[in-house]
Amino acid sequence: MNLEILGIILMFLVTLIIGVPLGRYIARVYAGEKTILDFLSPIERFFYRISGIDPNKEMNWKENMLAMLTINLVWFIFCFVILVVQQWLPLNPDKNPNMLPDQAFNTAISFLVNCDLQHYSGESAATYFTQLACMMFLMFVSAGTGLAAAAILMNALKLKTSTELGNFYNYFMKSCTRILLPLSIVLAVVLMLNGMPMTFHAKDTITTLQGDTVQVSRGPVAAFVPIKHVGTNGGGFYGANSAHPLENPNYTTNFILMVSQCILPFAIVFALGFYLKKQKFAWMVFGVMTIGFLCLVAPTVMSEIHGNPAIAKMGIDNRAGAMEGKEVRFGPAASGYWSIMTTVISTGSVNCMHDSTMPLSGMNQLWAMMVNCFYGGKGVGFMNFYIFIIIAVFMSGLMVGRTPEFHGKKIEAKEMKIASIVALWHPLLILAFAAVACFVYVHHPIKYGYWLNNPGYHGFSEMLYEYTSASANNGSGFEGLGDTPSKFWNVTTGFVLIFGRYLPIIGQIAIAGSLAGKKFIPESAGTLKTDTVTFGVMVFAVIVIIAALSFFPALSLGPIAEYFSMR
Amino acid sequence: MIKHILPSIKLSIISLLLFVGIYTLVVWGIAYAVAPNHGNGEVVQVNGKTVGYKLVGQSFTQPKYFNGRPSAVSYNAAGSGGSNKGPSNPDYLKGVQSAIDTFLVYNPTVKKAELPVELVTMSGSGLDPDISPKAAMVQIARIASVRHLSEGQLTALVNKHIEKPWFGPAHVNVLLLNVDLDKL
Repeated sequence: MNLEILGIILMFLVTLIIGVPLGRYIARVYAGEKTILDFLSPIERFFYRISGIDPNKEMNWKENMLAMLTINLVWFIFCFVILVVQQWLPLNPDKNPNMLPDQAFNTAISFLVNCDLQHYSGESAATYFTQLACMMFLMFVSAGTGLAAAAILMNALKLKTSTELGNFYNYFMKSCTRILLPLSIVLAVVLMLNGMPMTFHAKDTITTLQGDTVQVSRGPVAAFVPIKHVGTNGGGFYGANSAHPLENPNYTTNFILMVSQCILPFAIVFALGFYLKKQKFAWMVFGVMTIGFLCLVAPTVMSEIHGNPAIAKMGIDNRAGAMEGKEVRFGPAASGYWSIMTTVISTGSVNCMHDSTMPLSGMNQLWAMMVNCFYGGKGVGFMNFYIFIIIAVFMSGLMVGRTPEFHGKKIEAKEMKIASIVALWHPLLILAFAAVACFVYVHHPIKYGYWLNNPGYHGFSEMLYEYTSASANNGSGFEGLGDTPSKFWNVTTGFVLIFGRYLPIIGQIAIAGSLAGKKFIPESAGTLKTDTVTFGVMVFAVIVIIAALSFFPALSLGPIAEYFSMR
Repeated sequence: MIKHILPSIKLSIISLLLFVGIYTLVVWGIAYAVAPNHGNGEVVQVNGKTVGYKLVGQSFTQPKYFNGRPSAVSYNAAGSGGSNKGPSNPDYLKGVQSAIDTFLVYNPTVKKAELPVELVTMSGSGLDPDISPKAAMVQIARIASVRHLSEGQLTALVNKHIEKPWFGPAHVNVLLLNVDLDKL
């Protein structure tokens, strides 16, 4: 068991060791400096020429956001359409049916916003064509969108006084060709060597050793899975996601997939430091994020290793830990670690079933998504953190009686209003929609009885988790929730996904754009230092106060109540 | 917005060609060249007949075989998934209790305190190909008596199949173990 804990510590360290140089590389890519992949630039220029885009045209924040929203709309329409007609398109050897419109709406939105909440199972409800041209395509481009938004923010922080924040298309294309694509190809090769299938053959029908006839679903998995993790998307090729033995064959692939999903969230923080030439600031951010992460991951791993006390009472050998919903080849330590990392960084791929984890683990998974900025998704994670920085700067300014300044720019009423709305938007979406779902369920307990797979507190947690995951654009689930045949869940989470993605991004970029346009005030003895431990503690306090105060009552009704009921 | 529509559509088409078309073909080509069984999945054969996929667990319920873990999808890999039962769910806990009782009926020599928890809990995928070495060992007495083999012979067989990845838990692939068991 100690060896398994050593394994997860190693996962963290390897990520960090790769993350720092990758951050330096990303900073160079966005700054337009020389990099090793410069041989791709003629291809990129060719793309821009065909599309009629001038990659060097500077745009202000509004125009950048308009470009982002327009291309996102194009992707949505395309993917929605191919999902509802997938049955008649090529690459459907299993003859899977068309998706119903509400299901297609939810799926297209969910992959578009980098969430990958899945109310369907890939084996029976998607075709190889839609898996690739809809899901995998959106995994690339939504990750590119998130990275491009982060690049715009980084640029805004760097500029002295300017309203021109760079070009969305340029950042988007470079994120895809220079970062996501090369990482995916390397990863695909490693994964297929470990036995991950990459085929267009239909399900195989076999007679087992014992004489049962079963089918085995295959598919182009090795192309799909790398970008799922590199882009912190998390949508599974199979229903069981990374718990499926063909989607995550052994401990080695588990290790590699774990590292590959957190390198970009780590690297973005360091990229910011290199880009702004403020590495101490980047380490302050990384330190706060890591402390938050450790507070969540340590109790989770402990409670998974400890196992289910209710099963221990039955008198069997419970030393293997909480094995319900877990795979033997990963064990409870690596599964518990994964469950927190995937919720912290907004991937949402799972290698164990979160619904069956211990109450405190479930609470920490929820909390990770409620905070949504301890690392966070690639790009958007730091952007969420940025909101908390703005609030912390403002509060520190008030406390010591100085004008609140961040990187030489005054923070005034307008920025604070936007920051407050963005910070409160996430709790509002989660709690309001969870309240509506509870109301509907309580008033129609027979009709909607199939919603909940578990009674009592845990049933409430299932509903709370679904909206938290949707609003945080995470995509994991307490999968016992009966969301698959349900229009209610498809439509409501669909809207939560849209609201949870675009409003915060627009708000964050608006603040950055507004700050960038302000007069630059050189640093003086009176300036609040934002790269110190003191300021780190301040940001952490702001995060804890906002997240704890808004969500504590809901968590008390769900996982916390369940925990005490089991003692 | 209007002036962004046409560039967006064109850029989307190009992205589709590159990130879906070319990327997939490259990965597929590499898979065909280097991956086991050309990327079609590693199969296990007995006398030239395919009996399963190495990585995909299958149902073993007969007493003469090493049994795997319970499965929420009955080991039919046309789908996948776990039970999604919460840890405090009373119906779930009753199910675990009855799985324990059933196991003890079929394995009368095994003491309750020796029964490893993964043999009475369902995996996340429903297709877990492995069990722990301990879970294989507790079944040896039963198999020895059904098949009239010596326990020492079976212990040696299990030991031969234990895989110990660098930091991960030790485990035994149930299908490969049972294929070799049939050869004894």
